[in-house]
Amino acid sequence: MTPPVKNDSAVHKFTGTENVKHFLISNSVPIIFIALSAIAIPISGFSAGYLIQEMLTRLARNSFLVLSLLIPIMAGMGLNFGMVLGAMAGQIGLIFVTDWAVVGIPGMVLAALISMPIAAFLGFICGSVLNKAKGREMVTSYILGFFINGIYQFVVLYTMGIRGLHIPITNPQLVLSRGFGIRNAINLTGIRRALDNALPLTHNFGHFTISIPLGTYVTIAAFCFFIVWFRRTKLGQDMRAIGQDMAVAGSAGIAVERTRVIAIVISTVLAAFGQIIFLQNIGTMNTYNSHEQTGMFSIAALLIGGATVSRASITNVFVGVTLFHMMFVVSPTAGKELIGQAQLGEYFRVFVSYGIIAVALVLHAWKRLQERERARRGLRGE
Amino acid sequence: MSNRLDSAATPLLTVDAVGKEFFGNRVLEEVNFSLYAGEILGLVGENGAGKSTLMNILFGMPVISQTGGYDGRILIEGEEVRFSSPFDAIDAGIGMVHQEFSLLPGFTATENILLNRESTKYNPLVEVFGDRIKTLDRRDMRRRADEAISILGFSIDPEALGAEMPVGHKQFTEIAREIDRKSTKLLVLDEPTAVLAESEAEILIKSLRGLAERGISMIFISHRLQEVIDLCDEIIILRDGRVVKETKPAETSIFQVASLMVGRNVEAVSTERRLMEETETILDVQNLWVDMPGETVRDVTFSVRKGEIFGVGGLAGQGKLGIANGIMGLFPAGGNVTVKGEPLRLNDPALSLSRDMAFVAEDRRGVGLLLDEPIDWNIAFTAMQVQDKFVRKILGGLIKWRDDAAMREVALDYINRLEIRCTGHRQRAVELSGGNQQKVCLAKAFVVGPEILFVSEPTRGIDIGAKRLVLDTIRQVNEDTGATVIVTSSELEELRSVCDRIAIVDSGRISGVRDASRPAEEFGVLMLGESPSLVPAAATIGGETF
Ligand SMILES: Nc1ncnc2c1ncn2[C@@H]1O[C@H](COP(=O)(O)OP(=O)(O)OP(=O)(O)O)[C@@H](O)[C@H]1O
Ligand SMILES: [Mg+2]
Repeated sequence: MTPPVKNDSAVHKFTGTENVKHFLISNSVPIIFIALSAIAIPISGFSAGYLIQEMLTRLARNSFLVLSLLIPIMAGMGLNFGMVLGAMAGQIGLIFVTDWAVVGIPGMVLAALISMPIAAFLGFICGSVLNKAKGREMVTSYILGFFINGIYQFVVLYTMGIRGLHIPITNPQLVLSRGFGIRNAINLTGIRRALDNALPLTHNFGHFTISIPLGTYVTIAAFCFFIVWFRRTKLGQDMRAIGQDMAVAGSAGIAVERTRVIAIVISTVLAAFGQIIFLQNIGTMNTYNSHEQTGMFSIAALLIGGATVSRASITNVFVGVTLFHMMFVVSPTAGKELIGQAQLGEYFRVFVSYGIIAVALVLHAWKRLQERERARRGLRGE
Repeated sequence: MSNRLDSAATPLLTVDAVGKEFFGNRVLEEVNFSLYAGEILGLVGENGAGKSTLMNILFGMPVISQTGGYDGRILIEGEEVRFSSPFDAIDAGIGMVHQEFSLLPGFTATENILLNRESTKYNPLVEVFGDRIKTLDRRDMRRRADEAISILGFSIDPEALGAEMPVGHKQFTEIAREIDRKSTKLLVLDEPTAVLAESEAEILIKSLRGLAERGISMIFISHRLQEVIDLCDEIIILRDGRVVKETKPAETSIFQVASLMVGRNVEAVSTERRLMEETETILDVQNLWVDMPGETVRDVTFSVRKGEIFGVGGLAGQGKLGIANGIMGLFPAGGNVTVKGEPLRLNDPALSLSRDMAFVAEDRRGVGLLLDEPIDWNIAFTAMQVQDKFVRKILGGLIKWRDDAAMREVALDYINRLEIRCTGHRQRAVELSGGNQQKVCLAKAFVVGPEILFVSEPTRGIDIGAKRLVLDTIRQVNEDTGATVIVTSSELEELRSVCDRIAIVDSGRISGVRDASRPAEEFGVLMLGESPSLVPAAATIGGETF
């Protein structure tokens, strides 16, 4: 007997306006920020050349860090402050190479090698803790960041530099005058712009000159390829499965907790590399502060790029970093021009970075609520 | 295909005096049977008889050990096993398709079928990071999925996402997953056909027979007794957790099996007719289209009279399920719908609800119940949310109090009317058997007491004895409250027994509306629309006559 089951495709296609509406809603966050930039840029009075140069530099500086957030999101662990731990590990690596005066690219590589086991260990701890707090990863990792920060400060401030007893740091430019502990500001002259300038590229556009940190972009491109490739591995597939439904993935035999730990470890190690890249561009390191803002700013950038707690793409990273830093550069000046007070722009900058996290999370919660509402409709009617 | 004649062979599976108690509530007692390679065993029994529990024991489900384990022994090929997790069972060659779905919504059919058994390719990084860093071999995955699907003999789009598949396709995907597992010797299917339309079920039955010929044994649970008789080599009838009879299809009949299940005689449905007065139109639908995956509605026009029970029937995938979903705003829809003389804005579910319409959707698993809450809560919840029922107001509505006594009363009433099998009205929904959860879903809608009630597949997963109760309750609610009911069902007999008029949907259009008293053949012709080449054997149109 022929199965009397017919399956034709839908006759109705969505109309143009429906599609546009859907597009606007799902990209509401980046669109709002594009609009804000469009208003603020002319007010600030910056030249195109200046802004392009700024964006190129900042994209190179921050993208690697933000990219390190993608893998835990894929595994359903949300926006994760675990990367702050990686940033600390990266800084410890930098302290050592500065002390040993290893310079240039070798210095960066060595710092990366030193930071790797530390980051992996911290990531392991973080992942294990997050396994006890499923569904509350963002808050838990934030608090865990504070805790590990305490340990970091203890290690760096008290144990580094005491001769014979503790971790040997000898360079007097690093150690506080009391004889132990690392100074607050470290000059990273040895590795400053080592990667940015590894492949120098400048171009003269007549009235302005643009220099592109090509070495860093090559590294970032390699990272993007890694992520694309990683999604195609068995491990990546398992993470996607876990991200959708831990129970189903578990009942198919995927080691859920172990895989989640791996996701965090990968993310922390990459964040350590990201922090090293970030600091080589800045050129100085605030031993006790540099890592603190890393997490908040990276998450804000990613959310502005249109990512959600459960979905984030490489495009979101680049769009987000560009828009976030555009606001960052433009808003203080725009504020000054508008009200005559630079201070206001500074407030706005802080408001942007923290406020956007709140706004993006609220928007995300709202979207989730809509979905749940939809599921409940079936229930409600019953 | 039975090895039973060969007395020297060891059975693949022996269940020896298995018993189970949930906190003092005995649900299985002294169950004995054995199963040989390539044999299909049918397991039938009322809702709550213990079928799923027995299979959970066999499959090592954690819920069993968490609730105190089981008595008796299970032997695989003569060796006693005591699985502590489903993985042990899988290693021993047992596959199970559960009563609930376990598909990942964002994975394609291919990815779901091969979940955690993906084909992979070597790359040098494997030497450092181990096997999990192998890349997926998408092409081979697709090949294996195609192969498993073709063994099933049902076409599923291998690239369709889990979330977007029609219910029937989800079920086939789950079974394809077990087929791909080459080591499977014993396949347990817990009501695999419950969510399928009859035509889909037939395809499934055929492919299961093919699997048995490949030497795979099966335990098949179903409430559609005709299927069990058609498919199985052996039938075991459970009543209150005991085996009341082990028989062969040739030696029994639906009537006998049904009577043994319920422990009394089951009468065939007497289709008494009532005279429907010519009342005013309450729901008028003009040129409705609904974009529901797998159940597309193209152009549907009909009207329902106040106080009527209106049936919507048709073959799977023709769009009958889309109509209610579209009117209730769950899928994008267009056209003109008029409720009580006023136009209804489509695509706005909240609005549909506020206009005194309620809906029991066909896919009730998961979303239908608050699983961790007790029965009375579940039954009263919607009415409380939407209509402030079961709420006592103090100080002129300033303080609202939950009226537990009233909730209890109504819960007990429905537990009684629908014979919901439970230890009491405070039992948590998660502890109920599948069929009894279903009854709670229905009770919930009845309690809301809407003016227009849409019910899709009301007796899905309900045992043969209780089907009548459900249909009677629909009729009763209709008569007591004057509610207009629109019943969508793939079982024509069910529609004919409860409805006043029936519309048949074919290719997204209504091919005819007839009085329910017209002979079944007339509906059969309508179902097949203008394509007479698809006419199935007359017997399959009727389905079970209970
Ligand atoms: N986790 C649990 N805790 C307590 N009681 C349970 C639990 N699971 C099942 N039960 C009880 O065990 C009995 C048998 O349930 P089971 O699910 O095996 O029925 P079933 O035969 O599969 O019925 P159906 O046809 O409705 O699916 C029911 O009375 C049910 O309430
Ligand atoms: Mg069951």
